Amino acid sequence: MTIRNNLTRTLIDIITLIVVSIVFIVPFVFIFLTASKTQAEAAMFEFSLPSQFRLLENLWEVIQFRDYRMVLALWNSFLLTVGSVLLIVILAAGVAFVVQRRNDRMASLVSTLMLTGLIIPPAVVPTIFVLQEIGLYKTLLGLIFVEVSIQLPFAVLILRAFMASIPREIDEAAIIDGSSPWQLFFYVIFPLLRPAIITIVVVSAVVIYNDFTLPLYFLPGSENVTAQLTLFSFISQFSSRWDLLFADVIIITIPPLIMYIFFQREIVAGLTSGAVKG
Amino acid sequence: MTNKNTLPTSRKKKTQPATISRMYSYWFYLPAAIVFGVFFLIPTGLAFYFSLTRWTLFDATFIGLENYEYFFRDPQLLTALRNTFIYAILTSGSKVIISLPLALLLTSGLRLQSFFRSVIFFPVLISAVAVGITFSSLMQPSDGLINLALESIGLPQPDWLGDPDLALYSVIMIDIWKGIGIATLIFIAGITSIPTEYFDAASLEGGAWVKFRHVILPLSRNATFTVILLSFIGGLRTFEIVWTTTRGGPGFASDVLTSVIYKQYQAGFYGLSVAGNVVLFILIMSLVYPLMRFFNRMELEL
Amino acid sequence: MRKLLFSVLLLVLLVPISMAQDTVTLTYLVDDAEINLTMNQALVDEFMAQNPDVNIIVETRPGGAEGDNIVKTRLATDDMTDIFFYNAGSLLQALNPAQTLVDISDQPFIDNIVESFIPTVSQGDAIYGVPTGTAMGGGILYNKAVYEDLGLEIPTSWDEFVANNEVIAEAGIAPVMATFGDTWTSQLFVLADYYNVEQGAPGFAEQYTNNEAKYADTPAALAGFEYMQQAYELGWFQQDYATEGFEPGLALLANGEVAHYPMLTFALGTMETNFPDQVNDIGFFALPGPDAEANGVTIWMPQGTYIPQTTEGPQLEAALEFLAFIASVEGTEVITSAVAPQGPYLIEGATLPDTVLPAVQDLAAYIDAGNSFPALEFLSPIKGPNLEQLMVSVGTGQMTAQEAAENYDFDVERQAQQLGLPGW
Repeated sequence: MTIRNNLTRTLIDIITLIVVSIVFIVPFVFIFLTASKTQAEAAMFEFSLPSQFRLLENLWEVIQFRDYRMVLALWNSFLLTVGSVLLIVILAAGVAFVVQRRNDRMASLVSTLMLTGLIIPPAVVPTIFVLQEIGLYKTLLGLIFVEVSIQLPFAVLILRAFMASIPREIDEAAIIDGSSPWQLFFYVIFPLLRPAIITIVVVSAVVIYNDFTLPLYFLPGSENVTAQLTLFSFISQFSSRWDLLFADVIIITIPPLIMYIFFQREIVAGLTSGAVKG
Repeated sequence: MTNKNTLPTSRKKKTQPATISRMYSYWFYLPAAIVFGVFFLIPTGLAFYFSLTRWTLFDATFIGLENYEYFFRDPQLLTALRNTFIYAILTSGSKVIISLPLALLLTSGLRLQSFFRSVIFFPVLISAVAVGITFSSLMQPSDGLINLALESIGLPQPDWLGDPDLALYSVIMIDIWKGIGIATLIFIAGITSIPTEYFDAASLEGGAWVKFRHVILPLSRNATFTVILLSFIGGLRTFEIVWTTTRGGPGFASDVLTSVIYKQYQAGFYGLSVAGNVVLFILIMSLVYPLMRFFNRMELEL
Repeated sequence: MRKLLFSVLLLVLLVPISMAQDTVTLTYLVDDAEINLTMNQALVDEFMAQNPDVNIIVETRPGGAEGDNIVKTRLATDDMTDIFFYNAGSLLQALNPAQTLVDISDQPFIDNIVESFIPTVSQGDAIYGVPTGTAMGGGILYNKAVYEDLGLEIPTSWDEFVANNEVIAEAGIAPVMATFGDTWTSQLFVLADYYNVEQGAPGFAEQYTNNEAKYADTPAALAGFEYMQQAYELGWFQQDYATEGFEPGLALLANGEVAHYPMLTFALGTMETNFPDQVNDIGFFALPGPDAEANGVTIWMPQGTYIPQTTEGPQLEAALEFLAFIASVEGTEVITSAVAPQGPYLIEGATLPDTVLPAVQDLAAYIDAGNSFPALEFLSPIKGPNLEQLMVSVGTGQMTAQEAAENYDFDVERQAQQLGLPGW
């Protein structure tokens, strides 16, 4: 009985694993194969081994394209992502800290406003007017602030749920020890939020890095290109260069992949007490 | 789950009000309030005003509710509304149905567990543009990989993105593919946070089904709500996947509200498109708010 | 002594100014279609070679509606480059030129421009741009080898076209190409039919602009939509047409797998780059209408180069010099050497080389015979943005021609109101 049970279980496991592999691995293999082909072969969209393995040549061509624009794009994306994520984490932690602990009328007002932020789509042109008014239009800093304001609600939501799992006794002990509000926040609470913060870092980094609409509007100009926009220009300009297009996909996917591998273990830990509460 | 256990004790207000207002100072709000206010609330407020104007970017003429009237008179609006609902319901439903068993499998101690966890999370990491490009070529009607595979096992080969009756569902499948990683992760987190005592008790009583029916299902209810809520909002607001695969087409067959609004924006009907945004916002609010209330009540019953 | 001191001071004061004037840097916004980029880069390079004190940096933007939006946003936020390349006609009107662009009507080089181009870049007496590149024809690109093999004649009426398509389909070749993966390509049946509309309903453009004539109830105008419906119902399109893209489509035409492609002659530039061996096999004929006696071609004006009002001082002077260069015979020669001409230039005295592509010669024959008329978008400021989706809906059997035309009239109404036209 148990043996048969175990057998069917193993069988189900194996079948699921095969399905998961096909569904999730094959598209990536396809990207990889297409990026390794010649222009003519890539345009046939076949799932086959390339006759000549041209991956490195294609990657190199994409990197060199228009005076190494790719390098500039990756650098811009790096600054944008790191700057935004840093701000999001610090600002959201501050808000979550006070909202969850005070739980008063002001706190519920703030929560409602944040919720609207999660739901309302951003208004592009009015935002450009505001950015111009304060002289931040077409600057990386301006785009960072816009990304922060859009990602903030999600971060506050998760951090606030996580705050609830930090016992008040910890605060009280710190207060009795004579902590100032800032010391309590930065030295006691902030480190305890670490797992949830890592989740936010990963999720918002991926979202911001992958965003293409906002940089298109708030950071126009060829010197301001970001990683996703390189893809955009490949689509319109070389609609027949699928080899290069997929090579570009590979290049711009590497940074988030590295980050994910780096943080993988801790993401689950962060969600365990964070997002599950909602 | 752990929250639930600690909440009742921590809710007791032992701390003095004076200490509260001193320790949890409003100053912590200030930086976030400035950024959120200046870069989100002010533009949004302006947008509400502009939705009542005929706006050319150069000047705005007040025309009252005319934009709203036009928005609702749009012959394609009904298709888009219907598609938006189908999209949101199917994506959020499928994500629960697929990712809960997947999460169970990936917490059952498989040898390649962490490898597979990474693999299903990969699609989350790629940009919507890249996903759009990849699937557009995989779904090519006569030489795309999917149809070649179907051909080899003798199944019919539909035109996934070009058939007006099918395009929306193909896009939905791509969305599920891209989003399943997050949903599974949330379930994995929910399952791993169930205290082992519950499993021990359950395994005394019976096999895997008992464990699933009486422990995992009820105790991962919060995770389920989170997945449904996040993907339902995400589904109602979906844009990037639709835009990078079909642009709402062929014709208007896979248009959703956001793509209609975006096209109005592209066409230069700025007032009209802001009015569309306001309508979308009200629609999401009126659907999501009751859903949240309902879920919150269910959680208390636990 | 004091005089000397004064002159030294003057020198010190003046030198930096004249030094600063030594090089002027201009930025030039161009869409990233390869043909347009190559053409404009050639113009810029030659101009800079002749004017070492001017440095022009070409900046690119996406094409299509995405690009229209970027241009509008940048103009509205006073953030446009010093010069930019953009469509003439109705798209230009949507930029509010009177408020955003520099009026160049007092410049001497205006006299070089062929009269018929002027209205497409004007509002009232003001003129805003110079024609950059050649005019184009809208009609049917066809594979001449297929026509020779099957012994077909160029159709001069729609019925002849239908008859030709029957023969082609019997030979196992797809008669007509549709590339709905790039939705803009779907509009040609309606847009390139304007010569025929003008024959059947003279003065339609003006009545349409004044809200007196509609597509849905003007039979001559409705015809373009009906052509698309007929093409769908008779199964003229090639396999996979619903998602096929523009460039792969050109390959099908070049290889003779599809016989006809309703298109602008601008596609010839891309064909010459991608298929240099086959481009001479491609011919062109006007979209046939109901009457074989009144057969003629619909003409597209070239895009223009414009200066936004934010460009001032030495930049403005240099920009005007650059526009003068574009509007000169020499400028057209630079273009010819960089990209294959797709039609005639609209600069007085400019000529086409003898080696011009066969399809362009076909186009020129219509124009020389006086059988040409501008497309509606150069006669009226109103062009509804949803035409491409509506045409795809008809071409994939989701809508009838009548429904699509009614929808388009609604679309047009919004556009007219947005432009604030009288009578809407």
